[in-house]
This record gives sequence, C-alpha cells and structure tokens, in this order.
Amino acid sequence: MPIYLDNNATTPLDPRVLEAMLPWLSGPYGNPSSVHRFGRLTRGAIDNARQQVADWLGVSANMITFTSGGTEANNLAIKGLLAASNAPQRIVVSPTEHPCIFEPAELLANSGCDVTWLPVDQQGQITLADFSAALEQPAAVVSVMRANNETGALQDIAALSAVAREAGVPMHCDVVQAAGKIPLSFTGLGVQLMTVSAHKIYGPKGVGALVADAAVDIKPIVQGGGQERGLRPGTENVAAIVGFGVAAELAAAELAMRQAHCQQLIDQLDAGLQANAAITVFADGAERLPNTRQFALAGWEGEALLMELDRRGIAVSSGSACHSGTGEPSHVLLGMGIERDLAYGAIRVSLGKDNSADDITTLLQQLAELAR
Amino acid sequence: MSTQISRPIYLDYAATTPVAPEVAEAMANCLTIDGLFANPASEHALGRLAGRAVEQSKSALAKLISCDGAELVFTSGATEANNLALKGAFEFYGKRVAKPHLITSKIEHKAVLDVADWLEQSGVAVTRLAPDANGVISAQQVEDALTDDTLLVSIQHVNNELGVVQPIAEIAALLKTHPARLHVDAAQSVGKLAVDVKALGVDYLSLSAHKFYGPKGIGALYVCGQPRASLRAQIHGGSQQNGFRSGTLPVHQIVGLGKAAELAAQRLDEDLKQAAILRAALEQGLKKIDAVTINGAGAEHIANICNVNFAGIAGESLLYALPDLMVSTGSACNADRGEPSYVLVAVGVDGRRPQANLRISLGRYTQLEDIDLALEKITQAVARLRRISPWWSDA
Repeated sequence: MPIYLDNNATTPLDPRVLEAMLPWLSGPYGNPSSVHRFGRLTRGAIDNARQQVADWLGVSANMITFTSGGTEANNLAIKGLLAASNAPQRIVVSPTEHPCIFEPAELLANSGCDVTWLPVDQQGQITLADFSAALEQPAAVVSVMRANNETGALQDIAALSAVAREAGVPMHCDVVQAAGKIPLSFTGLGVQLMTVSAHKIYGPKGVGALVADAAVDIKPIVQGGGQERGLRPGTENVAAIVGFGVAAELAAAELAMRQAHCQQLIDQLDAGLQANAAITVFADGAERLPNTRQFALAGWEGEALLMELDRRGIAVSSGSACHSGTGEPSHVLLGMGIERDLAYGAIRVSLGKDNSADDITTLLQQLAELAR
Repeated sequence: MSTQISRPIYLDYAATTPVAPEVAEAMANCLTIDGLFANPASEHALGRLAGRAVEQSKSALAKLISCDGAELVFTSGATEANNLALKGAFEFYGKRVAKPHLITSKIEHKAVLDVADWLEQSGVAVTRLAPDANGVISAQQVEDALTDDTLLVSIQHVNNELGVVQPIAEIAALLKTHPARLHVDAAQSVGKLAVDVKALGVDYLSLSAHKFYGPKGIGALYVCGQPRASLRAQIHGGSQQNGFRSGTLPVHQIVGLGKAAELAAQRLDEDLKQAAILRAALEQGLKKIDAVTINGAGAEHIANICNVNFAGIAGESLLYALPDLMVSTGSACNADRGEPSYVLVAVGVDGRRPQANLRISLGRYTQLEDIDLALEKITQAVARLRRISPWWSDA
C-alpha cells in the first residue's frame, strides 16, 4: 500500500461511514418520493442526514440542498444566483478559485456577463482594498474560497463578507477544502452561500451540498421533478447522502483531534522542507490549512517528481487533481504571479487523519535523495 | 379498519429497484483505504487504478447498449442526463435556425417536460404531441410536426406509468432525412429490454442505474459518435469526461452502474421470461375483478409495468387500504402532489370520474407468491371500498 498524501484530491471513506451506507445499498430500497412505507423510510434517512450536515455546519436543515458534489454545488451557486438576480449580470471572482468556479465564470464572460477578476498577491491573498474596489459597482455574486485547494492558503472570509454585505452583493464561499480541517461556521463566515463536498471529509464521492441563506433567491440549473424543494431535481442518492451525514457528524466530533494530528505532522513536514535547500514552498507567508503544502524541488518538473515519488510508493499531486494531465502549470500559482518555470515544478502534499509521522519521514527522506 | 403491518410486498420497480447484492459488493470495494478509493483524475498509481475501474465499468455499460465507451457521459442520474441532452443540444445547435423547435410528447417524464418548459421560456418553440388512447406516439405524428427549424425530437422509450413502448426505430428512420436529432429517455427500458442504440438509430439516450438494480445517483447519456451528435456541457469546471461533465467521478457509483449493466446483459432473457410469467398471472387475476381496465393495454408493452384502473373508488383510498403493498398511483416523482396523473389524463382517463389507478411494477426479485398475495389484497380492498362507495352499485 503506497503512502497516500493526496487527501485534498479525495479521502478514503471512513469505515464507520461505509457501515452506515451499506444498509441503504442492500436494505430498504424505496424511492424517497414514493408515499409507501419503503419510500417513507428512505425519506426519513435523507431528513436525518440533512440534519447531521446542518448540525455540523451550524445551520438549519432547510438551508441544505444536496447535489452530486462540490462541482455541481458551485455551478448552482454561481449560475443560480445570476439567473435569479435583478442586479446587473456581473460576477466577481478570483483566478485562484477552483475550476468549477472560474470556468463557469469564463463561460458566462463569453456570453456577455461582466466578470471582474480579483487580483491576488504572491501569497494568494485578496486584499481588502482590491475587494472593496471590485464591489463598488453592483454585482450579482462574488465568490471567494475559504482555503485554496493547491496552496492551502486561507482567506479571511469574515472580513471580506462584511464588505460584500455593506455593498449588498450576495457572497458565496467554497469551503470544500477547509471543511473538516479547521473550525467552520456559516454564520461566522457571514456569507449567503457555501459549498461543501462529502468525499473530502471521508464521506462518499457523488454527493455534496449547497448551503443557502433562506433569504437568497437561486434558480435551479437542473429541471424535472420537485426534489430538494425544486432546487435540485432527480431521485436522491440515498446511500451517499446517508454517508455524507455520518461523515459530517464524525467531522464535527473529531475536528479537534484531526486538526491537532495534522498540525503535528505538518510541523514535522515544514521543518523538513525548510531544511532542504532545494525546496521552495508556495504561499508560505500565508496562514494555511494544517494539512496542505505546495512546493517545488529545484531541478524537477512537478509531473516528473510526482511520477518518481509514485514509483517510490508515495502518492502526491502536481496541483489540483481536476487539472491533472493538462500539461499546464497551476493556474493558482500563475494567478499569484509565480514565474512559469517555478510553477511547473509544483507538487502538492495533502495530509489526512490516517497519515502517520513515519509517512512524513519517508517523504522527507525521498525528497532529500531526489534533491539535485 | 385494521392496518396491521405484515410482510411488505414491493411492486414498485419502476420507481426504483433494490441494488443487486453483486452490485453492492462491487461498490463497497471502491470506498475505503483498502479499496479503489482514489480520485481517478489523480496521476499516481492509486488514481490510475480507480481510473481503470471507471473504464471497465464504461465498457460494461457500452456493451449493454451496443455502443462505444467513448460515446458515454456519466451523470448523476437520468434527470441530469435528460437536462444535458436537451439543453446541451439546443445550446450547440440553437443558432443554426431562426426559431429553434423541439418536438416531445405530453407523457414524457418530468425530467423532460420541465426542461421543455424551461427551453420554451428561453425562446425555443415546443410541440408536445398527444398520445393515442393506448399511450402511443406515432412516427406519423412526429413527421407531421417536423419543421425546417426542428432541432431535436425527444420521446421516451418506455413510458414510466403505462409501460407502453414507443416506436423509436420508426421515428429514428423518419429522421434520417431530416437534420433534427433524436433523444430518447430510456430510464425505464435499459437493463429490462434489449436496447441497441445503433439499431434504434438514436442520437442521444438517457439511462439510470437505479432502475435496473444499480445504485441511485448515477446515470449516463449516450451521445452518438458516428454520425456525430454534439452538445454543450451543462456543469463546468475540472474538465472530467472530456469536459462534457465536470466533477470528481464517483468511482463506487460508476462501478455499481457497470456491475448492474453486466448483470443485466447476462440476465436479460431470464428476467424477461420471468417478467412475462408474472405479468400474465397478474393480469389474469386482475381481470377477475369487476370493472377493471388495464390502461394502455392495446399497445406494445414492457412486461414489468402494469397500470390498472378500478372504477367506482378513489385512488387515494385504495392506496391507503393496501399498506403492505408497495405500489404507486403514478410516477414516484409526482406522488406527493395528490393530482391526477398527467399521463393518464393524456390517454383519456377522465380525472373527474371516481376511479383508482395503480401502477404495479415487477422485477427480478418478484415471486409468483408475491403476485398471488398482492392480488388477494387488491381484490379484497377493491370489494370492500366498493361496498362503501357512493359511486358504485353492484346492480
């Protein structure tokens, strides 16, 4: 079994989550929309999971809309807000967002929507001044992620959302990478919309949620059937939703433990990376997630380094898994103004609750060997 | 009246099917750290393993409907697949004509009808064909409705309430000489009837795993590669599936779909034979009841869906009188609205006349004794309700 250091791409399912899911795969199999007993049973399981996710995020259950994942939730947030908005068709986003935010933005730009790209500094941070300036003109939506999936850099969302509220622009926050790793509260962030995904918190792939303030009007991006209060039609993915609920409950109960565990490992990693003169760590001046580090090793292209580590039994990423194989350097690093040559060298290490100090020691040893 | 709960009899396979044990097992192997849990987009060995499992599942599904794996796009289900086909096709081809035109029918699933409404609001002209008394949409009707601006025809393969099979191959043949593309919602037929997309001649075809013993939350859209049908993606960001549907591939769901497809291919003949026997027993028993009509009986049918009408009693009361019987009064997706089914209204069932309609749908795990027990309960319930019904006289 290789050492898995790619937990931002996806996390292995917690066995306790699997246990909760199995009965809904092999047991009662009703369609939640059916009025008979099996239908009501599955409906009850969904209601229960919705409450678990709501409790985890500190919101009420009716604010949760289950989707097929973070990508769909982000698409729904941006396109759904835009479609429902009376404000000018204008979106404000940063180029360091996940592709499922910036690609919809790029497409909308092609179809005549006004898109303002927020600049970020070398640490991947949006300054309050730039943010305020961008919101001087009305907009239908502004979206900023809590934690960057590649660098792990955190954004002070509460400070930004105060500005957005003042400007009257609905704000969306993608917390897919932050959720389950650092404390998180919807009200604390002060945004109107928030995206989470189950498979980043030891839950199953194929399910996520959009959290929306009841006062915000969004239009569905999928039509047909009235599921999820009409905001997301389609027969519910019952087993995955049940798994999401349990994963959320565990994420809440074990946050402190998981965070402390990752912090200990990342301190070890940071010390080791610093000791290796051939390594450049990105966004190292920013407050970052306690599980994510992105860096370059002199003399190595990121893809080649990834392959070599893979050969040596260590699974890392060269950036976002969603962008792998394109041969382009990370759009996040380019957005931060990192030179292309250096950006080409980037690899991402992302830790999880199942990693050990030995895993970090092995990684650091291999990196030391590979330093040229 | 006692509503004693006894062993439930599940006869609602058209709403959803149980997951086959083989499927559940295959899915469980793709979740935890000792299984294929990685993101298939990851470039490391674990990612490649997950990616290979996705490709194998795609091949199994491709084999079931006789297409190439490259012609399949995985979605979160048939609803999303229908959305992708209709919106995606109009977005791609819409600018080619002055007033883009869609032909569909009045008895499509909501996942097509609601998209048609949505398209209409955004400027597409929509023709909704009325079925005949048996629920059939004829190729002639489609031909009559075609205009130079028709870009897409969307007709379901098997109606989810009536079980009526539409003449898809005929419609496809007629469209050979017209630029309009053909989309088919095959959620109720794939895995139950032999579906060969090339023989049918369709351009797009939607399917859903949970209708044939796979998991909920996964489906696919077939997009014909030769001659090429095109569309624009509807969910963006990440470029998975060649950009046609972004989002992390849910490996366990896809593997579940693949396994269900593999089983369906193996068991199709056996399942069909069994369904025909069960169906015959069911119809025979139902016909012993007075004033019973099988809705859409005059048309070609899928064996596993039987929509039956009982005169003189209210539908709701019948459903409540059958607490152990898992059946529906129509599509599960409309179940909570208490409205008469638009499908039955379209085939001429008079919504104002007191009557009960039940959709009884059978499947792989239905036993002959389930049918016998269901018939007994239905016969008793109908008799009891008719005795107290003001709309019924035995005379």
